[in-house]
Amino acid sequence: MNFKHHFYLERAAILVCALVSSWIVTASLVTTGNAAEQAGAKVSEFRLDNGLQLVVIPDHRAPVVTHMIWYKVGAADETPGKSGLAHFLEHLMFKGTAKNPQGRFSTVVARIGGQENAFTSSDYTGYYQRVPREQLKTVMEFEADRMTGLVLTDAVVLPERDVILEERNSRMENNPRARLGEQMDAALFLNHPYGKPIIGWRHEMETLSRDDALEFYKRFYGPNDAVVVIAGDIEPDAALKLARETYGQIKPLAAIQQRKRPQEPPQVSPRSLTLADPRVEQPAVQRTYLVPSFATAKANNKPGQSEALEVLGHVLGTGSNSRMYRDLVVDKRVAVSAGAYYDSSALDMGKFGFYASPANGVTLTQLEAAADAVIAEVIDKGITAEEMERAKSRMIADAIYAQDNQASMARWYGTALMTGATVDDVRQWPARIRAVTTQQVQAAAREWLDKKRSVTGYLIKDTTPPAGQPASLQPVKAEKRT
Amino acid sequence: MMRLFAALSAAAFAVIAAAPSASAMDIEKIVSPSGIEAWLVREQAVPLVALNYAFRGGSSQDPADKAGAANFAASLLDEGAGDLDAKAFQERMESRAIELSFQVGRDEFHGSLRTLNENREEAFDLLRLALTAPRFDAEAIERMRRQTIAALQRETSNPNNIASRRWWQTAFPGHPYGRESKGTLDSVPTIAVADLRDYVRRVFARNELTISIVGDVDAKTAGELIDRAFAKLPAKNDLKPVAAAKPAGLGRRIVVDLDVPQAVVTFGGQGLARKDPDFMAGYIVNHILGGGSFSSRLYKEVREKRGLAYGVSNSLVWFKNAAIMMGGTATRADRTGEALSIIEAETRRMANEGPAADELEAAKSYLKGAYALSLDTSSKIASQLTQIQIDKLGIDYMQRRSAMIDAVTLDDAKRVAKRLFGGGMLVTVVGRPKGLESTPE
Repeated sequence: MNFKHHFYLERAAILVCALVSSWIVTASLVTTGNAAEQAGAKVSEFRLDNGLQLVVIPDHRAPVVTHMIWYKVGAADETPGKSGLAHFLEHLMFKGTAKNPQGRFSTVVARIGGQENAFTSSDYTGYYQRVPREQLKTVMEFEADRMTGLVLTDAVVLPERDVILEERNSRMENNPRARLGEQMDAALFLNHPYGKPIIGWRHEMETLSRDDALEFYKRFYGPNDAVVVIAGDIEPDAALKLARETYGQIKPLAAIQQRKRPQEPPQVSPRSLTLADPRVEQPAVQRTYLVPSFATAKANNKPGQSEALEVLGHVLGTGSNSRMYRDLVVDKRVAVSAGAYYDSSALDMGKFGFYASPANGVTLTQLEAAADAVIAEVIDKGITAEEMERAKSRMIADAIYAQDNQASMARWYGTALMTGATVDDVRQWPARIRAVTTQQVQAAAREWLDKKRSVTGYLIKDTTPPAGQPASLQPVKAEKRT
Repeated sequence: MMRLFAALSAAAFAVIAAAPSASAMDIEKIVSPSGIEAWLVREQAVPLVALNYAFRGGSSQDPADKAGAANFAASLLDEGAGDLDAKAFQERMESRAIELSFQVGRDEFHGSLRTLNENREEAFDLLRLALTAPRFDAEAIERMRRQTIAALQRETSNPNNIASRRWWQTAFPGHPYGRESKGTLDSVPTIAVADLRDYVRRVFARNELTISIVGDVDAKTAGELIDRAFAKLPAKNDLKPVAAAKPAGLGRRIVVDLDVPQAVVTFGGQGLARKDPDFMAGYIVNHILGGGSFSSRLYKEVREKRGLAYGVSNSLVWFKNAAIMMGGTATRADRTGEALSIIEAETRRMANEGPAADELEAAKSYLKGAYALSLDTSSKIASQLTQIQIDKLGIDYMQRRSAMIDAVTLDDAKRVAKRLFGGGMLVTVVGRPKGLESTPE
């Protein structure tokens, strides 16, 4: 339920900066028992007869609402061979319906100065608008209409496919670090579709068609596969009434897709790979471990496990008080930057990772050894009570800061509900963080920071590109070092 | 088509009246016991305080051979101050969830603070230490220097950074605005502790200090908090003058070779000063051409119709001593020329013909509504109040803004479009765009 490192794609970079950064920065909820109860008590939850779930988060500071619809479908639900389809469909959802031709929804939102965008992750796809409260019903009508009314022609589908290919160029091909991350995911997941990039592999993106998109849309988009989150200047009953009048009129999908993805076999071998690119001026070493997410810890009846990993991630790698930064950057001076993170928000397994970039004259091997020593020390000796308290204070305070931003609140609840958590789970998050002990943190480190379930990636400068071929089109050099 | 347009207009009309109004925000001018002015918005729903402030004198104060000095100093303010070394200072901030940030713009040093109400006195104490007693310990200096140099090294092969730097260097040769705030691989190694102290001494003063505070705090307490952080600063700054400048190189295209599959394009030209009477008209026509929404001409022509790019946009940027408009896109190498031709043609068309009446109305409607919607957190409100003060727009600007937008006529828009977009652009392209070469100097 910590959002700090959840990866997703947005429809357009130009519009979303504010929201994206606030989402990434805001970790989670609520502090002292008092504030926690206040924040939790305000959130209401309903289910319509057709299965649509509604969450309402009142915030009356300004006459504004944030309206989001989240579909329980993401890149991990794509048919093999169709990578990028969930994200492509997200783009195509702006191409109009029989009732509202292309551009009309966006034009109405723009006329009122509203903000809109959409995003796709491995586990979910979401759409949102931020509008004056009087316009809430209007955007709900539009959103309900495009839940089932999408019309696509090749005239709009094919140029949009070029757009997502350019998006891939911007995010991946032009960025060696992003390409390393893509390779590491592919190597970390031996069997689970989390190994595919959300944006898709280029050769598969190039073949995505109108029919692919419509088939996927009809299979996954329906009221019984969606959660609507409304945050802002509205009371729960009024929101429920509007939801019934709009989304409530839509027939449910005959069959909800069970999201039973292929699971990982026991991982028994550490993997490593190297991405060499002539444009790398600052080498780096990164590692990701396969670990429980909040959802899998809960399903496996391991209460507190995910929370212990959250505290571990903070102490090990968040900010300049963290173990990684202090040891590698300040004390040993072997790195110019270093950190670690834990991503708990996933329907299936979560990821824990660290990264570091070497100081001048330090090899990646030396740097990795230093990072391994930091991890070994936490496994052997645990963390101090003082470190833990500082981390908890900082993490729980973020929940109060989140209340200053209704869009962050909406994203937080939406993400949780898409990745196996409930409204109550979110409400109780501060209490669960507070309950974490130093013993649990050490146990989590010992159990889960196991190289056998990890991939280590090295980013290095390629000094010998073959003549005549652009470096970015060369096959990635992936070497097994095990 | 007519019916669709009528329906849209009706919807928009209903909305304009209902749009949330930033004028509803109650801004109070306060004066601290020691005489420092600030603007306050009281917001009691969430138990926090957000402070935003600015000192006149940003990276344009860097000595010509010490580009990056201001930025370097800013990176060190929370790395030890007073009796607290870097570790103690950082631990104090984290254990109280106090957030301090420092950023250097070309004309100003910007800072912000966010704290839970229960820790606010300690937060403002830490800020005082950072501004009045930064330690600049050798360990922290060398650590930040290593980080900055690493970032600069990384940027040497990043097409976005290369395109942007080349644009600024060419547009403002020999002027502080042409220098990179972060400095260069030549300058950063030479910056010494004396340079950092010199920047702090010359810039951190009470006379050109702008402060905004938003949160669960009354005027009296806000004044006391402000004095806690700022009262001990010197009364007067000691700034070097910065010359007025206009962007040079308009009409030129510079192609920088880099082996990347997607070419990155930066384009821009002369803009409008914030105090120019035509500013609002220019702001509106720029929005129509390339503003950040799904409905601009550039977005429709470059992305929606042709799929040439993921994003394309254009903005007005204004400084104390110069004003520009600039935009960018990133597009596949084999069609970069096509994308650039469309951008240039659309810019020319806007200069020659101006916007259509319905585009003007739609843009006005958007810009009025979006303003209030964008002020959705305490920190964003505080930051906007600081900018209004720096731009000297008046404490009633939020109330007057909608009327200023409404007052722009179609004739104004056409006239200002010609003024803004008729002067030619400087274009930098980084990548291997097929068939595109630099124009002669």
